Amino acid sequence: MSIVIGDTPRTAPPPPEPAVPGRNYINETSGFWSWALTVDHKRIGILYLVSITAFFLVGGIAAGLVRANLLTPNGAILTEDQYNKAFTAHGVVMLFLFLIPSIPAVFGNFLVPLMIGAKDLAFPKLNLASWYVFMIGAAFMVWGLLAGGIDTGWTLYPPYSSRYSHSSVAPGVFGVFITGFSSIMTGLNIMVTIHKMRAPGMTWGRLPLFIWAMYATSFIQLLGTPVVAITLVLLLVERLAGVGIFDPSIGGDPVLYQHLFWFYSHPAVYIMIVPGMGVISEVLTCFSRKNIFGYKAVAWSSVGIAVVGFLVWAHHMFVAGISYYSALLFSFLTMLVAVPSAIKVFNWVATLYRGSITFQAPMMFTLAFLVLFTVGGVTGLFLATMGTDIHLHDTYFVVAHFHFVMVGGMVLAYLAGIHFWWPKMTGRMYSDFWSKTSATVIFVGFFFTFVPQFVLGYHGMPRRYPNYPEEFQVYNVLSTAGASILGVGYLMPAVYLTLSLFYGPKASANPWSATGLEWQVPSPPTVFNFEYLPITVCGPYEYAIGVDQMGRGLPEPPGMSDDNPASRLGLSGPAGAQAKETEVVG
Amino acid sequence: MSASTHHDTVLKHHFDNLEQQRSAERLGMWFFLVTEVLFFSGMFVAYTVYRNWYPGEFAFASQHLILWIAGLNTGLLITSSLTMTLAIRSAQLGDTAGLIRRLLITFALGAGFMGFKAFEYSTDYHEKFVPGEMFRTEYDSAVKELAPVSAAAVKDYKFTGGQEHWSQDLAKINHGKTPGSEGTVSPERVQLFLCFYYIMTAIHGVHIVVGLGCILWLVCEAYRGAVPAAGYSKVEVVSLYWHLVDMIWLFLMPLLYLIGSRGGH
Ligand code: HEM
Ligand SMILES: [Cu+2]
Repeated sequence: MSIVIGDTPRTAPPPPEPAVPGRNYINETSGFWSWALTVDHKRIGILYLVSITAFFLVGGIAAGLVRANLLTPNGAILTEDQYNKAFTAHGVVMLFLFLIPSIPAVFGNFLVPLMIGAKDLAFPKLNLASWYVFMIGAAFMVWGLLAGGIDTGWTLYPPYSSRYSHSSVAPGVFGVFITGFSSIMTGLNIMVTIHKMRAPGMTWGRLPLFIWAMYATSFIQLLGTPVVAITLVLLLVERLAGVGIFDPSIGGDPVLYQHLFWFYSHPAVYIMIVPGMGVISEVLTCFSRKNIFGYKAVAWSSVGIAVVGFLVWAHHMFVAGISYYSALLFSFLTMLVAVPSAIKVFNWVATLYRGSITFQAPMMFTLAFLVLFTVGGVTGLFLATMGTDIHLHDTYFVVAHFHFVMVGGMVLAYLAGIHFWWPKMTGRMYSDFWSKTSATVIFVGFFFTFVPQFVLGYHGMPRRYPNYPEEFQVYNVLSTAGASILGVGYLMPAVYLTLSLFYGPKASANPWSATGLEWQVPSPPTVFNFEYLPITVCGPYEYAIGVDQMGRGLPEPPGMSDDNPASRLGLSGPAGAQAKETEVVG
Repeated sequence: MSASTHHDTVLKHHFDNLEQQRSAERLGMWFFLVTEVLFFSGMFVAYTVYRNWYPGEFAFASQHLILWIAGLNTGLLITSSLTMTLAIRSAQLGDTAGLIRRLLITFALGAGFMGFKAFEYSTDYHEKFVPGEMFRTEYDSAVKELAPVSAAAVKDYKFTGGQEHWSQDLAKINHGKTPGSEGTVSPERVQLFLCFYYIMTAIHGVHIVVGLGCILWLVCEAYRGAVPAAGYSKVEVVSLYWHLVDMIWLFLMPLLYLIGSRGGH
């Protein structure tokens, strides 16, 4: 995609000393404080990676409890009260502590500067602060979840949450409020960086689609998060002071809370999926060795989602007592928001068409994403249709729908991203065999877990109930069995990726022969990313030209040099992909 | 960076030049202000809904807030925006003494705002004009006091206004009428307005305090010579924030204090 030219004059001179060979952002400095006080966007990305992995585990355990309890019609292991707390813990942790920060905070931090040719994000200290704020918020939430638990569900509807719940709502809500600020900080940083810090030649039309996706996501974070923040403040005041604006006894309206809450929380589902869509565009093009089909359509559909996503919130309230006409309007608008998502899916499929597809782990996760996200999106339309939603609302159908998009979609995109950029982030290759196995196991486990839930929901099993009629048991057992498979699938990457840090073969700068700027710096990158100013001369996915023919001006230290057979042999395009396959060592 | 000119101490390593750095800082602050606007917008939306539903109660409660404090505070904040802007000018000219002076005046005006605000809160509290239990008991006792008075005598009451008479005024208006009927003012919904009044002004106050902190920080920076002319954007960024907080007050003030005509109902 770009040529790196040495010594182009710039107002600020390149770093005075040339980088010491073998030095990179990981080993440049060491010790606890060098990480705890780092302002390097790459290290902060790693801090987030470690934290959210831990939270994913916590949320996963809560999910395990919920699924295990549903094995028998009357609750297998938990009391009803504990059950409420378990599903709330699962929802709150997974949404606020895993999904929302996942790709934006990990890959957004790590990759945005690398992809646009910048030395860092615009505000490095703010970036570090965002991580601390996130951890402080998380601490409050964990406190709430451990000391007494929270039993309101992640949506925290008053008046139950404000007046009647005897659980630790206040610290939990306060924690969510605080983590919101970290989300805003990350979004703001990324947005300013994209506007102001692009390297020469990196025009808007040449931005990688991941950057477009991050831009759209940041837009939602900036506009949505403050609204939920104030909503939670109002809720908190009401709970602590005993009087507040959602309190029906003084003329307040709890439905207003739902409006304000969903004004953020519907767009928030796009905070969760749009970055994933960005990852998919990167991985898909690389492993089909093709330019993206319809670059502009894919880029603008991210923006379209970000904008239209703000107009559909009341589809969560069709049965909450909103007027017939607004329900009609929101039903229609919700259908509209599916259009940009569909545009993306069609363009991805068209990109695959006649591509030279290779099935390395990142690509397997990506293909799984395509299937599962499509199912999730289509079932969203069932729910968007007001008539059917009255039947399906608050049933397991909704649960299955959003897990298809959030878990089948975003979590798989996240895993695709991890497997794609792991060599760049850590400098190591992971096991080829185990990563492919994990992708397969996750895909199968996912289907077993959530397809039965569609059936359950269609037959009327409500969500958030600890017990159910006998005849639903077979589906619940199937679902729990699937969840166990899924759990194993998730544990596998944790093991082989960790092992790769110690035993994995060293990764070259560009193990996948990908075109992005981030692949033109060593793996792992040096502290300032680029020793020389990168200049971009063409679009981001010129796989047809071939990586080698675009020139790779970056001098690499001996031993780290590019040993991609494709470029050594002067091969380009599809041959590159096949040749590199041998590189992923098992 | 090795060189020791002002430019290089101001320029951070990851920017190419000062212009890029400045425009990034400015843009960052503008984006932040967008989030602030949306943060307050949640309350403004809720306010709009309820005021639309309960105009009488909102007007009644508004009449009983302390107008002169709000007016005075408005003057203080507007003036402080002026001195803040003048401070940018000083910074651009490299006039550190002038910068510090103007920042300190801004600080004093902002602190004055908070002082009067605190006085207002304490008076409100003293008069039990606070939603919740206190409000209820105060209102109930006013109703009890008024109970023996005949409806005819209460009818041509002189509306007193001012927050020390709120419970008597409210009791008089509702005297002898069935709750919820035409012309009554529901004490519950008056409390709803008060929720808005307290929450909105308190959150605005928190913003003022944060702004005061930033101004003090600027003063310290200027004092130790860290705000050279080339680095004036620090001042500019803080001033953007300060103006927004000022502007939010310009919306709060009429919406809270001026929606009921004073001296009549
Ligand atoms: C493709 C377009 C989509 C459409 C048309 C759509 C439609 C809907 C509708 C109408 C509901 C409300 C159902 C009900 O409560 O009765 C819903 C719920 C939900 N959707 Fe979607 N959706 C779409 C995409 C997504 C995406 C991409 C995500 C997340 C990444 C998502 C996450 C959720 C969640 C979390 C809920 C349930 C919230 C709750 O009640 O707890 N949806 N969706
Ligand atoms: Cu939604």
